[in-house]
Amino acid sequence: MKTDIILAGVGGQGILSIAAVIGEAALEDGLFMKQTEVHGMSQRGGDVQSHLRISDQPIASDLIPLGTADIIISLEPMEALRYLPYLKKDGWVVTNSNPFKNISDYPESEQIMEVYNSLPNKIIINVEQIAKDLGALRSSNVILLGAASPHLPIDFFKLENGIRRIFGKKGKDVVETNLKALSAGVGHEN
Amino acid sequence: MKKQLFLGDEAIAQAAIDAGLSGVYSYPGTPSTEITEYIQNDSTAKERGIHSQWCCNEKTALETALGMSYAGKRTLSCMKHVGLNVAADAFMNIAMTGINGGMIIVSADDPSMHSSQNEQDNRVYGNFAMLPMFEPSNQQEAYDMVYEGYDLSEKLGYPVLLRITTRMAHSRAGVQTRDLQLQNTLHAEEDARQKYVLLPAIARKRYKVLIEKQQEFLEASENSKYNQFFPVTGNRQQGTGHRSPVAGSPRKLGIIACGIAFNYFRENYPDGFEHPVLKISQYPLPKKLLLQLTKSCEEILVLEDGYPVVEEQLKGYLGLGLKVRGRLDGTLSRDGELTPDKVRKALGLEPVSYYTVPEIVAMRPPALCVGCGHRDVFEALNDVLKEYPTAKVFSDIGCYTLGALPPFRAIDSCVDMGASITMARGAAEGGIFPSVAVIGDSTFTHSGMTGLLDCVNANANVVIIISDNETTGMTGGQDSAATGRIHEICKGIGVNPEHLHAIVPLKKNSEEMKELIRKEIEYPGVSVIVPCRECIQTHARKVKSKKQ
Repeated sequence: MKTDIILAGVGGQGILSIAAVIGEAALEDGLFMKQTEVHGMSQRGGDVQSHLRISDQPIASDLIPLGTADIIISLEPMEALRYLPYLKKDGWVVTNSNPFKNISDYPESEQIMEVYNSLPNKIIINVEQIAKDLGALRSSNVILLGAASPHLPIDFFKLENGIRRIFGKKGKDVVETNLKALSAGVGHEN
Repeated sequence: MKKQLFLGDEAIAQAAIDAGLSGVYSYPGTPSTEITEYIQNDSTAKERGIHSQWCCNEKTALETALGMSYAGKRTLSCMKHVGLNVAADAFMNIAMTGINGGMIIVSADDPSMHSSQNEQDNRVYGNFAMLPMFEPSNQQEAYDMVYEGYDLSEKLGYPVLLRITTRMAHSRAGVQTRDLQLQNTLHAEEDARQKYVLLPAIARKRYKVLIEKQQEFLEASENSKYNQFFPVTGNRQQGTGHRSPVAGSPRKLGIIACGIAFNYFRENYPDGFEHPVLKISQYPLPKKLLLQLTKSCEEILVLEDGYPVVEEQLKGYLGLGLKVRGRLDGTLSRDGELTPDKVRKALGLEPVSYYTVPEIVAMRPPALCVGCGHRDVFEALNDVLKEYPTAKVFSDIGCYTLGALPPFRAIDSCVDMGASITMARGAAEGGIFPSVAVIGDSTFTHSGMTGLLDCVNANANVVIIISDNETTGMTGGQDSAATGRIHEICKGIGVNPEHLHAIVPLKKNSEEMKELIRKEIEYPGVSVIVPCRECIQTHARKVKSKKQ
């Protein structure tokens, strides 16, 4: 078993927390894991990505080779498309539908949807809307993780344990909110 | 013990603590910053009183580490690749003195320049200083190399250079840690003057010692478990498989894979190696192992991240001997970070990709935070400089370098730490008017203060803006060396107090700031304006931690 995941978004959106939760869960399963990221304050507002690899066998490269990623999880619809060359033929794209427009030449939403229409496997959800309905504005990233969870090689309850460990320091309420957010993200297949 | 998830940087930090570290001396620089930060926040390090305060720059850091080593204690000094340029004077001469307590110097190189102004490969520095080097291929190796590296350093009597890259520094994997060792006790050497007083008569002797030591360094590397020869293990013998070897060549190919490049090679052969491989993670280059590989191969492909350091060494300048392929002959690109796909192509295997990046995907460069004080500075400066079409703005390394991008497009240079002030002086003396420098507080104390003294001594016609956010912002908000004291330092250096101004960079002070800039441009001498407002990121973090 090997799963290659690309996490994408804009600096500050919280993709690294998603990586941390999946990583914790993978570790609980005794799986091998490598996660590489580009981070630092200088990335604020810029595009950020992380390669996350999970396997029951030792993993060689920190970077995912082109054409082999099982899933792209993105907190921003245009950012997911930046990493399409990494996606395997029948790979999944799970993305937030809500654009983050901090550049002047951001494409029209119709242009973006056109690309998504051509992809075989995708989940597009408005995580901010779900977060608002849930009263969990800061848990958009965890909602997206919930949406991606059926396509991850990790049991749902282990992701929940990951959330308990990662957010444990921040208190019970934060843990509860994020557990709710994780569940709220599930079931948006289309 | 269970494996722990560590960034490469964190693995290095944990290993140093476990090996009995007494002091880490560093200046922040991506991607090396997390090593020192980890030690600053570690509870064992706190209990043990491990010194970990940030230094003014990499040179002061490395020299302080040498002092710690002189006292017999184990020490670590971490920097980004260009930081070693700043510390090079110390580095080259520590190779002359040698050390007492174990010393590891970490150089975090940045191939592809993810957040740097060049992609220099500091293995060249290791060779230049004739020192032993490690280049880990994974986080566990990084841990083990540091943990055992202190013994090696003390046994050899020399520092060990640990060369990592951004990918190694900022990638996480499970790491098995080892037992916590006792720290060294104070034990200065008895005839230390014969090592550390580098008068020519002594230095000549020390240089001979360093030359003699090369054999020992080589033996250490030849017997290193990190340098490993792998025979062909795949089902397909080379040349007989359906995949073609390098660029259609039928000759027997051997691979040399350095550090992290070994992973990219391995990624392409999940079922066993089609070519014999020599993995190199310790230098100087292990001669015996190299001969073992070259004996059975007609052609060598060198995979290394950074410069073609090993390739050049093996090939020689004229390239008349061994047939060596790599970055110099175009088998791999001469620049940029290695990837599994670049290596795949070099091995004659085609990368596979099913989708392309759609044309509509736009660039999204990083930007100054909304609410950042640097923004107010650039807005005011841009407004004033509209009145002076010949103005040039020399800037520096920091968040404010983002002032180069839209909407500001406010700076004309960013070269190296401190170069804003010195370039502004040179340009002014060459006839540029107005000649403005924009530098941050941490960069100013790193390498700007001496340049300011030059300006004062020459009474240069410059306007120096020290945009003070009371932190080292770009690397994530580390302590800045002179928070609250920038003004006094400038006064002490000799800036005329009438032309030294403080202002808070806020919208409401915009007109006042513009007036100051205008007035000081018209003053024919050294002016310093210090717009000071805390970084909004560190400010937000403080507010949050107060709440909790």
